Amino acid sequence: MTEVPLGAEQPFRLSMLVYDRRYRSMTFQVIVFILVMALGWWLVNNTIRNLAALGKDFNFGFLFQRAGYDIPQRLIPYSSDDTHLRATIVGLLNTILISFMGCVAATILGVAIGIARLSHNWLFARLMAIYVEVFRNIPLLLWILIIYAIFTDVLPPPNAYRGDDPQWSMIFFDQVALTNRYTAVPAFGMSNDPGTIDLGARITVNLALIAFLVVIIGGWIARRAILARAQAIQDRTGHRPVTWWINLAVMTVPSVLLIWYFGLHLLAPELKGFNFSGGNNLNNALVVLWLALTLYTGAFIAEIVRGGVLAVSKGQTEAAFALGLRPKATMNLVILPQALRVIIPPLISQYLNLTKNSSLAIAVGYMDLRGTLGGTTQNQTGRELESIVLMMLIYLVLSLIISAGMNAFNRSVRLKER
Amino acid sequence: MKRTVFWGALAMTAMAAGAAAADTLSEVKNRGELNCGVNPGLVGFAAPDANGNWAGFDVDLCKAVAAAVLGDPGKVKYVPLTGQTRFTGLSSGEVDLLARNSTWSFSRDTDLKLDFAGVNYYDGQGFMVRKDLGVTSTKELDGATICIQTGTTTELNLADYFKANGMEYQPVNIDSNAEGEQQYMAGACDAYTTDISGLAATRAAFADPENHVILPEVISKEPLAPAVRHGDNNWGDIVRWTLNALIAAEEYGITSKNIEELAKSSENPEVQRILGVTDDLGAMIGLDKEWAKRAIQASGNYGEIFAANVGEQTPIGLARGLNAQWTQGGLLYAQPFR
Repeated sequence: MTEVPLGAEQPFRLSMLVYDRRYRSMTFQVIVFILVMALGWWLVNNTIRNLAALGKDFNFGFLFQRAGYDIPQRLIPYSSDDTHLRATIVGLLNTILISFMGCVAATILGVAIGIARLSHNWLFARLMAIYVEVFRNIPLLLWILIIYAIFTDVLPPPNAYRGDDPQWSMIFFDQVALTNRYTAVPAFGMSNDPGTIDLGARITVNLALIAFLVVIIGGWIARRAILARAQAIQDRTGHRPVTWWINLAVMTVPSVLLIWYFGLHLLAPELKGFNFSGGNNLNNALVVLWLALTLYTGAFIAEIVRGGVLAVSKGQTEAAFALGLRPKATMNLVILPQALRVIIPPLISQYLNLTKNSSLAIAVGYMDLRGTLGGTTQNQTGRELESIVLMMLIYLVLSLIISAGMNAFNRSVRLKER
Repeated sequence: MKRTVFWGALAMTAMAAGAAAADTLSEVKNRGELNCGVNPGLVGFAAPDANGNWAGFDVDLCKAVAAAVLGDPGKVKYVPLTGQTRFTGLSSGEVDLLARNSTWSFSRDTDLKLDFAGVNYYDGQGFMVRKDLGVTSTKELDGATICIQTGTTTELNLADYFKANGMEYQPVNIDSNAEGEQQYMAGACDAYTTDISGLAATRAAFADPENHVILPEVISKEPLAPAVRHGDNNWGDIVRWTLNALIAAEEYGITSKNIEELAKSSENPEVQRILGVTDDLGAMIGLDKEWAKRAIQASGNYGEIFAANVGEQTPIGLARGLNAQWTQGGLLYAQPFR
C-alpha cells in the first residue's frame, strides 16, 4: 500500500469541484452567486420590458415640475407653486420630525415603564405588565385608527368654543384648545424681534433662536467645566466645593436675560372665522401618530429595559448595598451602566422600526414622505416606479444614519476592557 | 458586435412580450371574466349592497362591457380602487377597465398612458357645508378647513381655486370617500369638496341630508370617463363603442323593454345596425353581431341607467343637466354607427 504524503499534489479532476472539500465551498458559492445575479437580471429585464410595453420611461424629471397640491403641515415654506422635489423634502422633514418626537417620547416612556414593571409593588408592576401586553400585541395600525377615531369623535369642532357661553372652554389658563382638527397651542411672540437670517431656498431662521441655542450650549459646556474643576479640587484636597448654585446660575441666568431682552411672550390662540389663529395649531394627524407610535414602541422598549436590568446579576445589587449605596444610587451607578450594554443594540432596532412605522401616517392623512412622494406626487405624475425607488432609497439612507449614530453611541457606553 | 446582438434580441423579446400583453380582448375572453376597477364605495356610482352585490352607474358600464364581450353581464370581477391606487391598478394590468368616476385630463391621457373611452358623466367640483354654518358661497370659505381626497384632480383644483381668489384654507387629506364622510360628519372639516355628483351621493347616505347644502359654485370641469391602458386600441374601441351604444340607444328610443321587438320590427337603419340586424359592425372590433344588443339589455340604455342609479327618482336626485342628450340641450352625443 502506497501512502500519499500529506500536501502532495494530485492532478485536478472536475469531480473534485463537488467531492473535494477544498473546492466544494467555492463551487457552491459560485453557483449561488450566478443564481442571484440571474434573478436580479430577470427582475430588471422584466421591468424594462414591461415599461417599454406601456410606453413609459424611467426618468426623474417630474421632480422639477410644479406640484400643484397643498400640504397641511410643513417645516419649511411651501406652496402649491413649488416643485415635487420641494414637496418631497417637506414630506421627508415631516417624517424626520415624527420619528424624532416618537423616539424621544417612546424612550422616556419605555424606560419608566420598564423599571416600574420591576417594582416590588404588586399592583403597580401588574398594571405595567398589562400596558405592555396590550400595546405590543395589537397591530400598530389599529392603535392609530382607534386614537384617531377618539380624537375625531370625542373632541369638539372649533365651533364649540364660540359664543358667550361655549360648550367647551380652553384649558391651561385659556392657552390651549383641544379640537377634533388640531390642538391649538400658544405661539412665541417677541416685542424686540432681532429679525431672521436667510439660509437660501426661502428657508429662514430667527436670530433669537440661534441666540438661545448658543446660550444653552454655552451654559452646558460651562457646567461641565465647573464640575471638572470641582472634581479636581476634590481629588487634591478631599473636599468638594459647593457647585449647585453656580451651575444653576450658568444654566438659567443668560436665558432669562435673553427672554427679557427679546421681550419673549406667549400669543394665545384665538377663534377667528372658521378656525383658531394667532397660536400654533398642531394637527391631530401629527398628535395621533405621535401618541400611537410612542405608546406602541414604548411597550417594546419597556421590555428591552426590563430585560437589560434583569441581565445584571443580583450579586451586583447586593454588593452595592453592602457598600452602603442607596437604591437610587445603586440603580444609577451600578445597574444601569451595565444594563445599557444589553439595552442599546435592540433599542437601535426599535428606533428603526419606529421610523419605518411612521409611514403608516397615510392612515390619518399626515403628510410624511409616504404621503407626499409616495402618495400625491406619485399619483399625480403617474411615476410609480421612480417614486417607490426614490422612497426606498431615502428610507434606507435615513435608517442607516440612525443606525450609524446609535452604533457610535453604543461604542461609547460599551464596557471598556483595559 | 456581440453586445449589439444581445441588446437586439432583448428588444425583440420586449416587443413580442409587449404585443402579447396588449391584447386585452383575448385575455378577457380566455379568463371568462372582466376585471373592472370601481370606486370602493360611492352610493349610486359603485357600492356593494348588503349582499355584496355591486350596483351603481359605473358598475352598469362594467356590466354592459362584460355583456358585449363575454355575453353575460354577471361575469365581472369588481376591484375596488381608491383615488391613489386606481391608475396603478389599471396600468399594472390588475383591471381591464377603470370605471371609477375619474376625470379625463391632459396629463392622465398622455403622461400616465391612459386612454379615455368617452365621457359618461359631465361633472364639476363643488363644496358641501352644513346649513347651520350660514355659508352661501365658496367665496366665504376663507380660512376654512376642507376635507379633500388625495390623488385626485379636485385636490389640484382646490389649491388653484383658493390661490386664484386670494383665500387661505387648511386641507385635511383623506384616502377614501367613507373616511371623508366620517371626518365631515364629526365636524373635523368645515367643508367637503369633490365632484358634485359625489357630494350628492354622499349626502344621500346621511341620516339628515336636509341639514347640508351643496354650494352653488362649480369650480372646475370634471368630465368623468372610463379609462383603459394606452396602446391597446381595439380594446379601447370596444369600451368606447359600448358606451356609445348605450347613449345612442337612448337617443333612438331603444330600451331594455322594447329591444327584442325593435330588433324584429324597426325600420330605422341606424337602429338595425346597432342591434346587428343588418351590417356586421361587431366583426370590426372582434365581437359578434349582437354585442351592442346585449350591452343595452344588461341594464338598459344610458337614460335607464342614469334614472335607476342617480336620477331624480333616487335619493341622490341628480338632474340630467349637462348629461341630457344633445337633442334635449345636453352634451351627450354618440358618434354614428356606420
